[in-house]
Amino acid sequence: MKSLLTITFLIILSSALMSQGFEVGDYATDFKLRNVDGEYISLEDYKDAKGFIVIFTTNHCPYAIAWEDRIIALDKMYKTKGYPVIAINPNSAEAYPADSYDKMIERAEEKGFTFPYLHDEKQEIYKIYGATKTPHVYLLNKEKDKLKVAYIGAIDNNYRNAEEADEHYVQDAVNNLLAGKDPDPNFTRAIGCGIK
Amino acid sequence: MMTRYLFTILLIIPSLSIFSQKIEVIDMDRLKEELSKHSDTVYVYNFWATWCKPCTEEMPDLLKVEKEFTNQKMKLILVSLDMPSQKDTRLAKFIKEFNIRSEVLLLDEPDFNKWIPMVDDTWTGSIPATLINAPGKDFRKFHEGVISYSELKSHVQSLIQ
Repeated sequence: MKSLLTITFLIILSSALMSQGFEVGDYATDFKLRNVDGEYISLEDYKDAKGFIVIFTTNHCPYAIAWEDRIIALDKMYKTKGYPVIAINPNSAEAYPADSYDKMIERAEEKGFTFPYLHDEKQEIYKIYGATKTPHVYLLNKEKDKLKVAYIGAIDNNYRNAEEADEHYVQDAVNNLLAGKDPDPNFTRAIGCGIK
Repeated sequence: MMTRYLFTILLIIPSLSIFSQKIEVIDMDRLKEELSKHSDTVYVYNFWATWCKPCTEEMPDLLKVEKEFTNQKMKLILVSLDMPSQKDTRLAKFIKEFNIRSEVLLLDEPDFNKWIPMVDDTWTGSIPATLINAPGKDFRKFHEGVISYSELKSHVQSLIQ
């Protein structure tokens, strides 16, 4: 009876923790999701990576579109330094037809995405991560083969105009990791499109 | 004949202006002022945008609650996060389509981190989000995500009595 209670308690606790998503300092889980080229991709495939700039983003969202070129720039800037961008579309094609897998392929081609654009088809991964909107960044840092969440939040502090942004959160965070320091700030907020 | 025609036009013009909602573009300071009003009214601030599907799906429920408390001390304020460039097109069209009479404010502040924590410290920034503020009752409740008709109604109901 006692062990049953303990198990029940553990289940409740873990589901409560799950629903909260990751916080900075947590260890992130890997995933296996289909890329726009048809291949399935996992983070463990990247043996040489030092970490990942995981970005939940979509085709349709005006904010995602506003930041799109900056996402491409981040990948170009940091892929060679060990921190590639991994984009994940968490939306259901039923709720947003513009975010279907086929439309993802079109968008990736149109914009010339230099990074994988993965489809969270079962809508499970964004929930585990705790992403609530797009774009929503999770910067992961490899530590002893584990992926530690180093930063969560926005790309920079001006969605409308890249040139007017004077806080480049993700860039600064990755630069800090490259310098062996913790990102500061490690958490920022931004308005984004709710995931559905 | 001509006089009658003119007379009809004169009658139509003011009624048109009643129906065309004015959208006020505001900055962070004005939002702060708005959120710290002192009165015995129950304020419901809804943060939304026309491009946000869960927001537009939630809208009829908000308007229904507002309607049920007509002539009572409840005020629905729609804080739109649409792009300012779409104010007179997309946003105005939506307001007309949904026959919205509530106050509509368009918040024009591209640096989110400066004002999101001001609304609520726990808000990650997803919309819709609703703040129920009843300064007279010292009550303040923030809800990130879609708020249900029954939840909103019961809050307003309990605060208004």
